[in-house]
Amino acid sequence: MTQHSAHGGKPLTVFVEGIGLLGPGLSSWAQGRQHLDDSLPYEAGRCLLPLPMALPPAERRRAGAVVKVSLAVGQEAVAASGRQAADLPSVFSSSSGDAINCHEICSALASGDRLISPTRFHNSVHNASSGYWSISSGAMASSSVLCARDGSFSAGLLEAMTQVMVEQTAVLLVAYDTDYPEPLRSVRPLPDTFGVGLVLAPQRSERSQAQWTLAPAACLTGATADRLDDCALEQIRKNIPAARCLTLLRSVAAQSSGEIVLDYLEGLQLAVQVAPCR
Amino acid sequence: MGEVAGVDAVQLPAHLADFDCRNNRLALLGLMQDGFADAVAAATHKYGAQRVGVFIGTSTSGILQTELAYRRRDPVSGALPADFIYRTTHNTFSVADFTRHYFGLTGPAVAVSSACSSSAKVFASARRLMEAGLIDAAVVGGVDSLCLTTLYGFNSLGLISTQACRPFDAARDGISIGEAAAFALLERLPAQLDDDAVLLLGVGESSDAHHMSSPHPDGLGARMAMQDALTMAQLDAADIDYINLHGTATPSNDAAEAKAVAALFGSTTPCSSTKGATGHTLGAAGGLEAVICALALQHGLLPGGLNTQQRDPALPLNYLLDNREQPVSRVLSNSFGFGGTNCSLIFGRAG
Repeated sequence: MTQHSAHGGKPLTVFVEGIGLLGPGLSSWAQGRQHLDDSLPYEAGRCLLPLPMALPPAERRRAGAVVKVSLAVGQEAVAASGRQAADLPSVFSSSSGDAINCHEICSALASGDRLISPTRFHNSVHNASSGYWSISSGAMASSSVLCARDGSFSAGLLEAMTQVMVEQTAVLLVAYDTDYPEPLRSVRPLPDTFGVGLVLAPQRSERSQAQWTLAPAACLTGATADRLDDCALEQIRKNIPAARCLTLLRSVAAQSSGEIVLDYLEGLQLAVQVAPCR
Repeated sequence: MGEVAGVDAVQLPAHLADFDCRNNRLALLGLMQDGFADAVAAATHKYGAQRVGVFIGTSTSGILQTELAYRRRDPVSGALPADFIYRTTHNTFSVADFTRHYFGLTGPAVAVSSACSSSAKVFASARRLMEAGLIDAAVVGGVDSLCLTTLYGFNSLGLISTQACRPFDAARDGISIGEAAAFALLERLPAQLDDDAVLLLGVGESSDAHHMSSPHPDGLGARMAMQDALTMAQLDAADIDYINLHGTATPSNDAAEAKAVAALFGSTTPCSSTKGATGHTLGAAGGLEAVICALALQHGLLPGGLNTQQRDPALPLNYLLDNREQPVSRVLSNSFGFGGTNCSLIFGRAG
């Protein structure tokens, strides 16, 4: 099968208009950015998940951690961008689905009666957070739902940045992971929940906080991924796939320029050229 | 229930043994069909291993492996058995990673997992990366295999048919679950093409913003996806020769899709759901039905919908009950899923 092509080879530049952040000891981007630019010492803590008040009560009761974290960071990012959530196409990327839900389903299926509830089942789809997001925000535009295991943040960023450039539209990217219960935790040691929301736009505006560029010929690289200096934050970056974004967020917080290399796939990293907009 | 024959007997290459699970065995069975591996090798040689992306749709990937491991938990500690490998079996990315390793590809790779639209949406993601200049070709497709989560889950929703599913039938009563692996190699438009070559002309994607497991009653999101695909393809509804419907055979899904199709196309465009023949292969359905659309274009054949006896008079479409042979230039394929995700693809013949 073949398809037409237009852009071909030009650098892909997007402008970061809004950021949402939630993670262990990280309650928002406003707070997290101060830890990332070293203006406030980071203190370890568990990730605290807000109730998804934007959902109708029935859906709110059914919402698991994946939905809570993704709605929280999506809303924070969209609010900062000044855009309407209903207008934005979205990309949701996670290294796995709702592991607590998965554990409950697998436990039930291994038991005598094998009964699982309809809610457990429809919450088991990888696109549950995308579905709840569109229900809560009224967004009827496209939503891509991805997984690239530990490289899920970079996979989501690639998808979102290409969509911004090719479709010339602002896009909401939400990357998130939730912690695993035993016995899955022993085979997939994800220690806590982490989420990041990013509103990326094709043009610079007064809301632009940073500019990120992918050079199509050079952004896929064998270079080593960047790390964080703060030991505790570096542990989060390493242990939760969605937190691989933290080096990129640090460059926004510190208003720095240069190249950030992100973990992606085995033997393949993603290099992003960054520059501040203020 | 549609089980693919021979899946359990498939052996993965020794160096990919960690990927061994039913879903990846089914993937390998698919990759070995119809000279597909040779075509991927030729594209890899032509463009380079880093310039061929991998985009695979799946809803449950290798979850069966975890379901089975949960039956063998240590009675004292509750631990999963030592031979269970989460990373390369259960994880949603497993099937895309397996495909990437099998072909020795080193470029971008991702699993798209938006329930039953997954392997239609792989075409959208691959197209964007190609258009942005990051890749020159893409292995796209869908793989979903039978597992207990989907069987008991759809059963809990009361959506499983008592017999082989009958899309658009007045007495339709639910889906039949199937499994499938379907792949396509997507390349940039070359200077010269055979008349038989299949073109991806348009893609439309939307969200219902309505309910997790019920479609928008008027098919509003579905209609938007079809309209966007027509707009990208710069075509009018009248230019489409055949519609491969999502057509799962649940009462509400078919009713919503019929409203959406009728609103855009009227009631004359020939259409059918091929799920009467294949069952609903969930995350593989979009890829499987894209391949059926390619066959329709190349063979001049509009497939009649199997099993349907009595068309539902409340669904005002030109639903084909029998195969029809005629020249076919452009076709549209619908794929919708849980979470209100919608994707429509338009394919055409080169000549």
